Amino acid sequence: MIVNFLGKVKKFIVFVIFVLIGVYLEKIGFFDYITDPYEYPYILRLLKQHVVMVAVSMSLATITGVVVGIILTRPKFSKFSGIVMYIVGLGQTIPSLAVLALSLSVLGIGFKPAVFALYIYSVLPIARNTLAGILSVPPEIKDAAKGTGLSNMRILFEIEIPYSMSVIITGFRVALVINIGTAALGYIIGAGGLGELIFTGISLMDTKMLLAGAIPATLLALFGDFLCELASFILVPKGLRTSSKTN
Amino acid sequence: MNSLIKYISENYSNIIFLTWEHILIVLIALFFAIMIGVPIGIFITKYENLAKKVINIANIFMTIPSIALFGIMLPLLSPFNLGLGKVPAVIALVLYSQLPIIRNTYVAIKNVNPAIVDAAKGTGLSRWRLLKEIEAPLAIPVIIAGVRTASVMSIGITAIAAYIGAGGLGVLIDQGISRYYTEMVVTGAIMVSILAIFVDGFMAALERISTPKGVILGRKLGK
Repeated sequence: MIVNFLGKVKKFIVFVIFVLIGVYLEKIGFFDYITDPYEYPYILRLLKQHVVMVAVSMSLATITGVVVGIILTRPKFSKFSGIVMYIVGLGQTIPSLAVLALSLSVLGIGFKPAVFALYIYSVLPIARNTLAGILSVPPEIKDAAKGTGLSNMRILFEIEIPYSMSVIITGFRVALVINIGTAALGYIIGAGGLGELIFTGISLMDTKMLLAGAIPATLLALFGDFLCELASFILVPKGLRTSSKTN
Repeated sequence: MNSLIKYISENYSNIIFLTWEHILIVLIALFFAIMIGVPIGIFITKYENLAKKVINIANIFMTIPSIALFGIMLPLLSPFNLGLGKVPAVIALVLYSQLPIIRNTYVAIKNVNPAIVDAAKGTGLSRWRLLKEIEAPLAIPVIIAGVRTASVMSIGITAIAAYIGAGGLGVLIDQGISRYYTEMVVTGAIMVSILAIFVDGFMAALERISTPKGVILGRKLGK
């Protein structure tokens, strides 16, 4: 009875907060701004630029990261895995803005340097998690697979990759969220994207403009995070779906 | 390369000042983040349901792009005249640092082996000595690992905070790009990277030192 009542109170408070946010946004003219016939195509164009930047760099990074991760687990190359992982760890320590700035100083201004920086930065977590995931496959499972006469290729695709799928997806998820956040900084090296609205809004102290960039960028990141959760639900084999909710 | 060395030798006092400013912002933020995060982490070990919710909320904060968070905080804080500068930067850093610190504190306390605690109780240790001699030494290295993640991340976000006027090494990158002054940009980027790598190494050493000898031995024997 009391719990039920508290639940209702909580829902009511959340509802009130949303209404207050809505009233605030209306007051500063946010809705007028984003529905303005001259403004919304511009916002949509920046959103598209942002998504393209993320999609291109992420797809290249996923391919490279997974392939590098798999190659490093093959017996021939496994002796390099330690040094490569050390470099990857060092690379992840470097701040995203520094990666963008260095990419700018080498490649100049524009869309390509931004995509390159995002790509380099996203490969690292994906490669690391692919390697860690495949190394975590218990040797007895691989032995059993070998015993049934599977070739190395089939062991890779039927045992090792499905087994490490949830770890690989976690790496992809980390990379994606960082990528979307860093793509918002792409504006400062001339790549456009939603950062254009945020940075210009901050410079002009134009609240509705900066929120028109900040809110979609945040929603995009949350949406990407949600997609990864969905992907791990679909792609991870049934037998391995433990409670991965709490990370 | 020569022009880079020339730039650094001509501006080293400014670079040192900005580096110090950068470190100061991160230190202040980490102080508050630890003061808030560690008690929350300890508190939620008693309540499983709450723990999941708190960690999920902290997770959502991590997902928000940092420049978007600065943007969202600007109108919220500007009525108090705090929209730009060091205050919003520190608030954002504290929020971002919560996830690694809370999660690691929670995991650290949860992972203290109950058998060890029982054995200690059996030898008649008081509650205080149990905490001081058993639980804290076992948990602190894991908590330090969380602070390590938080501090490296904070250095990166502070660089971005230069765009809301917080100062720090991001200023070199910001102004260097505006003036098309490559040496300035590269100096800023390299200094920030060195700072992050150095702090990471320092915290890793701290993590190693604080791990009790028995635990290290146990790990070796376990292998």
